[in-house]
Amino acid sequence: METKQNNRPIDPKQIKGWGIDADPKNDPTYPMRQRMNVGQDPDSKHRPDHLQPENTEVLRSIERPDVSAVFGTPAPPVGLSGLIRRAAFKYSENEYKHWLPLIVADRVGVVEGILSDLAHGKLPNIWAEKGYDMEWKYNRTAFITKLATIGAVTAGVVVWLSSGKKEKKRPVKKDYLGRF
Amino acid sequence: MLAMDYRGPKRVRAVQKPMPEIKHPQDAIVRVLRTCICGSDLHLYNGNVPDTRVGSTFGHEFVGEIVEIGADVTKVKVGDRVLVPFNIACGECHFCRQGMFGNCNESNTESTAVGAIFGYSHTAGGYNGGQAEYARVPYANVGPTIIPPDMDLDDAVLLTDVVPTGYQAAEMAGIQTGDTVVVFGAGPIGIMAARCAWLFGAGRVIIIDQEDYRLEFARNYSYCEAYNFKEMNDPVVFIKKITDWMGADCVIDAVGAEAAGNTMQTVTGRKLLLQAGSATALHWAINSVKKGGVVSIVGVYGPTDNLVPIGNMMNKGLTIRGNQTSVKRLLPRLIEHVQNGILNPKGLITHRLPLEEVADGYRMFSAKLDNCIKTVLMPPTANQ
Repeated sequence: METKQNNRPIDPKQIKGWGIDADPKNDPTYPMRQRMNVGQDPDSKHRPDHLQPENTEVLRSIERPDVSAVFGTPAPPVGLSGLIRRAAFKYSENEYKHWLPLIVADRVGVVEGILSDLAHGKLPNIWAEKGYDMEWKYNRTAFITKLATIGAVTAGVVVWLSSGKKEKKRPVKKDYLGRF
Repeated sequence: MLAMDYRGPKRVRAVQKPMPEIKHPQDAIVRVLRTCICGSDLHLYNGNVPDTRVGSTFGHEFVGEIVEIGADVTKVKVGDRVLVPFNIACGECHFCRQGMFGNCNESNTESTAVGAIFGYSHTAGGYNGGQAEYARVPYANVGPTIIPPDMDLDDAVLLTDVVPTGYQAAEMAGIQTGDTVVVFGAGPIGIMAARCAWLFGAGRVIIIDQEDYRLEFARNYSYCEAYNFKEMNDPVVFIKKITDWMGADCVIDAVGAEAAGNTMQTVTGRKLLLQAGSATALHWAINSVKKGGVVSIVGVYGPTDNLVPIGNMMNKGLTIRGNQTSVKRLLPRLIEHVQNGILNPKGLITHRLPLEEVADGYRMFSAKLDNCIKTVLMPPTANQ
């Protein structure tokens, strides 16, 4: 056998609750309890009585006809990331042109977040935000190794790039008549 | 009020934010008493869910006390202690009326592919979550459920997601009496799915993960066999071998996008984001279930595409089922199970931190430090 055997045999019937929800009809069934298709539903377009007022910008999927009766409002689109998000919502959820720009916008939003912190006189405490105290407390050796590896790779890339620059600046040799 | 604040991949902090307001007549404001970090929060934390905006507050597992209600709220009142299902559902639309409270059509404007979830990106509706002192809870006549007076808040907070999701994973697997059930992933959901598989009459329950401490926990909590895939040459061959070369009757994917175990999936899914997360567990599930078996997916993947052996699904005659959990539908039964001592949700909790230390909590859970299984965050107002 390929793995450690720490497992003890058990009689399932000794486990509290065994078989209490067994359902022979669930083989396999549909995860809906009151199944009906749209045609059977006399009120398939039913909406709640009140709709949340749209007093903030809400981006709407073009796969639905309207804004839902309630919606979240924590972070309306702003800045460059907002422009990208608005462009993304011109395409359906079926398209990469919808999702990939949203991922790009998320990354742009991270930079905007740092700039916003700085503009408000706040220097982000990256060490604390990343919870590195926990790595230091519970995983110190691996954490130091990881940091050292990242440091070494970064230093190597910097050295490699700077040596490349020197090579480009090497003076071109000419012969005594000034010919190349 | 104090609230968790997302700043970018693997960067979160606790900051002061404005108090939430009633924005719809069916809204309520809840003072949060307990909130948890969920495994699916890690997809957001790692920056893998599109439209996760800087400044958002995560948290879809929380319980609290109602402190304000909108004009149309009649089912709960100020002072009630409620558990809040993680999905936001109107209770009236075509889908809610079929018990599909995880697929409500009137709570998410920004995506049709997923229902609305508290604190789970704008793709899931753009609502702030419960990792805060206070939270806005839409459709308060539908979602919030009054916590029975004899129920521990630690049990109640796990009834908002972990217990119903683990239970629905087992339910969707269509388990028949005596079936062999394999669960990929020994996180809180996988452990609960393994525990619930017995309730449906499973004859054998096996859990697969790569963390020994989690496997040991699952053995004791879920009474199941537990194996480490790092000690196997091939998990699919291993499962075939221990099931008399037939494959498991039912397999549950309780891992989702953060799966380890396959370099190609890890690089393309988690590092380069060329697919919607690493689909290693789902790949193994399809290949290790028996012909004609059922694969139940509760692991979360992103909205784009994943590389899985869909041809095998057709050739083996499999049934694949998945959904966001319909928490409201399952709650009456599950509250009963907790009250009768059949399920012990709070037994999953290993860590408790103040909300101020939310960054440490995420790091600890994400990096699986200090044998972490489940972390509860305590807002400062929880003790008032």
